[in-house]
Amino acid sequence: MLTRRSLIAAAGAFALPGLAGAQDQPDLRIGLAFEPSSFDPHFHNTTPNKSLARSVFEPLVFQDERQTVRPGLATGWRLVDPLTWEFALRPGVRWHDGAAFGADDVVFTFERAPAVPRSPSSFAGFIAGKTVEKVDDLTVRVRTAEPYPQMPIDLSTFGIVPASTRGATSDDYNTGKSAIGTGPFRFGEFVRGDRTLLLRNEAYWGGMPPWRRVIMRVLRSDPTRVASLLAGDVDLIETVPTADLARLRGDPRFTVTSIISNRVIYLAMDQFRDESPFIRGPAGEMVRNPLKDARVRRALSHAINRQALVDRVMEGDARPASQFLDASFFGASKTLGVPAFDAGLARRLLAEAGFPNGFRLKMHGPQGRYANDTKLIEAIAQMFTRIGIQTEIETLPPAIFFTRGSTGGPGNTPEFSMIMAGWGSAAGEMSDPLRNLAATFDAAAGRGSSNRGRYANPAVDAAIDAALATIDDTARSAGLARAMEQVSDDMGIIPVLYPLNTWAARRGLGVAARSDEFTLPFHVTRQS
Amino acid sequence: MLAFILRRLGQATLVIGAMIVIVFFGVNVIGDPVYMLISPEMDQNAIESTKVALGLDKPIWEQFVYFVTGAVQGDLGRSFVHGEPAIKLILSRMPATMELALVALLMAIVIGLPLGVYAGLKPESRISKAIMAISILGFSLPTFWVGLMLIMFFSVMLGWLPATGRGDVVRVLGIETSLLSWQGWTFIALPALNLALLKISLVIRLARAGTREAALMDYVKFARAKGLAQSRIVGVHIMKNIMIPIVTVLGLEFGSLVAFSVVTETIFAWPGMGKLLLEAIQRLDRPVIVAYVMVVVVLFVVINLVVDVLYSILDPRVRLTEAKA
Repeated sequence: MLTRRSLIAAAGAFALPGLAGAQDQPDLRIGLAFEPSSFDPHFHNTTPNKSLARSVFEPLVFQDERQTVRPGLATGWRLVDPLTWEFALRPGVRWHDGAAFGADDVVFTFERAPAVPRSPSSFAGFIAGKTVEKVDDLTVRVRTAEPYPQMPIDLSTFGIVPASTRGATSDDYNTGKSAIGTGPFRFGEFVRGDRTLLLRNEAYWGGMPPWRRVIMRVLRSDPTRVASLLAGDVDLIETVPTADLARLRGDPRFTVTSIISNRVIYLAMDQFRDESPFIRGPAGEMVRNPLKDARVRRALSHAINRQALVDRVMEGDARPASQFLDASFFGASKTLGVPAFDAGLARRLLAEAGFPNGFRLKMHGPQGRYANDTKLIEAIAQMFTRIGIQTEIETLPPAIFFTRGSTGGPGNTPEFSMIMAGWGSAAGEMSDPLRNLAATFDAAAGRGSSNRGRYANPAVDAAIDAALATIDDTARSAGLARAMEQVSDDMGIIPVLYPLNTWAARRGLGVAARSDEFTLPFHVTRQS
Repeated sequence: MLAFILRRLGQATLVIGAMIVIVFFGVNVIGDPVYMLISPEMDQNAIESTKVALGLDKPIWEQFVYFVTGAVQGDLGRSFVHGEPAIKLILSRMPATMELALVALLMAIVIGLPLGVYAGLKPESRISKAIMAISILGFSLPTFWVGLMLIMFFSVMLGWLPATGRGDVVRVLGIETSLLSWQGWTFIALPALNLALLKISLVIRLARAGTREAALMDYVKFARAKGLAQSRIVGVHIMKNIMIPIVTVLGLEFGSLVAFSVVTETIFAWPGMGKLLLEAIQRLDRPVIVAYVMVVVVLFVVINLVVDVLYSILDPRVRLTEAKA
């Protein structure tokens, strides 16, 4: 039993560490928008998990702020023959427990990463078809059956874990027992739904990390996250709501940093049904599916005033889109321009296609999945209505939207006629959206898995395949760009805008904004 | 009494059974959790292998049989998102929610009761009218808005209290609590007040109505005629009589404080189970949703039992009728 006096004494003792922390500010406190579901770097392939893991478990290949590949735990790589990649491992790297890092750990990771039990989204896809072998302690070779130029990118997606932790479960990572990496920070504490604590790795190979402790708190609600920053509860927040941007930018106590994201907000259109379930004629009668006609699709694209969407709906926190990734990314076309907003041209194209009086359309979208998604879809619907396509909208919770939008129709086909959705390219290059959004849907070959309008053009497929088999980077980039240009000629999918990724921090902190949305504490610096 | 408790438990089992069936199949109708879990760049093969890994490839009735078999043995399944046992996730978050609900309940009584009794004793005074007007606001303002205003005022403008989160926790008798330090109280003050606001208003109204009624009763007039002090009349004679409805209502409301702390927990990033539920629903994490519903049903049944017992302690008439029966 505690006496009253000892209780008070205890209360005093608890209060002290907090005060001491406030005086010399050795900690970095971050407000996260999304919660990592595990500390296990191979459990769940999602942005919040990968972002957290990146500080503790390092991949062979790093991606910089704009997702260009850089040496990581591998200092370099080269093709030995068209089917074999050789990676030279970084010498002198030590695990958090002091043991030396080497080729055995890489081989072990290739075994473990695809085989985590109950993984809701596995990393197996990045490892399938690759066999790894140890050449010596600091060299590994990775072989594939076909030439595979994407190798360095694939190997940048998952962190390496030590072979000494063989048999460790996801729970062992969450409790910290087996959470051993090579990164600038090591495991401190992982409390679900509340906070994650990282501690500085004093022996980090890349130099002394700038923070003694990093506390990441999950602040999902937008206004709460901003209020926590304003109140000084956290030093830095990610995913700043667009509504608060102007205020934070104008406040001298804070700095806002942003970068164009690897995400595109796009419209996908039903191109596989002769009559589309959510399309009717002007008088409500059944009509042939207008979206199969490229002129109609181009009309829709010209009906959208992208700059207005950026300025009004996104409050400036986006850029008009001309393709699936901004032109600065690998494989993006340098020639494609943003489709002009031209309602007159749009009406002419509609008339040419045989729809002078337009048609009726119901467009679907998610609610709360992307920044301002509902407002965007409302605005786009109004723009369509202005060129004579009477557009209704229905927004659905993401769980329902993606299920119905992918398999809700008869025979597990996509249910909707037209959807607004987003695509973030984790690889940060054009092959990723091309293969998933624009390639002809083919479940067996794993192509077009998110092609929810079932756009199909064999020439595009061939162009993608040819590009993906090209080893030379420059030639591959040009090939991908050509495939993108072909999709754009057909207007198979309408790109709308690229959102910006935005961070806000208290003044005096420098934050490296990243196109992949990762919030990395070792890229946050103190500026005096 | 024993028969009464047994009957209650029987009813509870039925309710739990019905809830499981509704929630289990209901979640399944809403959508396919795979699309909320899987990284979108993964292809159809990856989707299929996730389904197999989570047991979602089987027909729904087979999944249900599997779930019930496990549930009977005390295994409610593992969260799709976190990979941990659902019940463990919920129980690990429960102390935070309970703590919040208890403090909110305490606030409702400590703040609501005196104000309500005052308003009942002096219904015509200006202060009473002000109290009643404010209690209307307490009823009608949306919780999330009030929560944000509290944060803006106390944390952002005045900087008195932390905006979000929970203080450092200490383990006492195996239960985690943040109430043993001053710092813990600074964290809980705003969310608890936010959650309590509606209940404070409720207690004010109940206490006022009860007091007005009791003040006119013969025993109060008699006590007054006998020359008892006002404090004793109010503190003993009136208070005892108005407590019965208040305890009943608050008992039931405690359940709703726990079950529906979702909004407050989300705004204040309070790491309780309401927040867990909200995220589970958004991601169709069926095992967590089902386990949560079961826990809450059990909680309600237990609370109702406790209320019944308290009731018989407060009101001798209840004890008498039970003794006769």
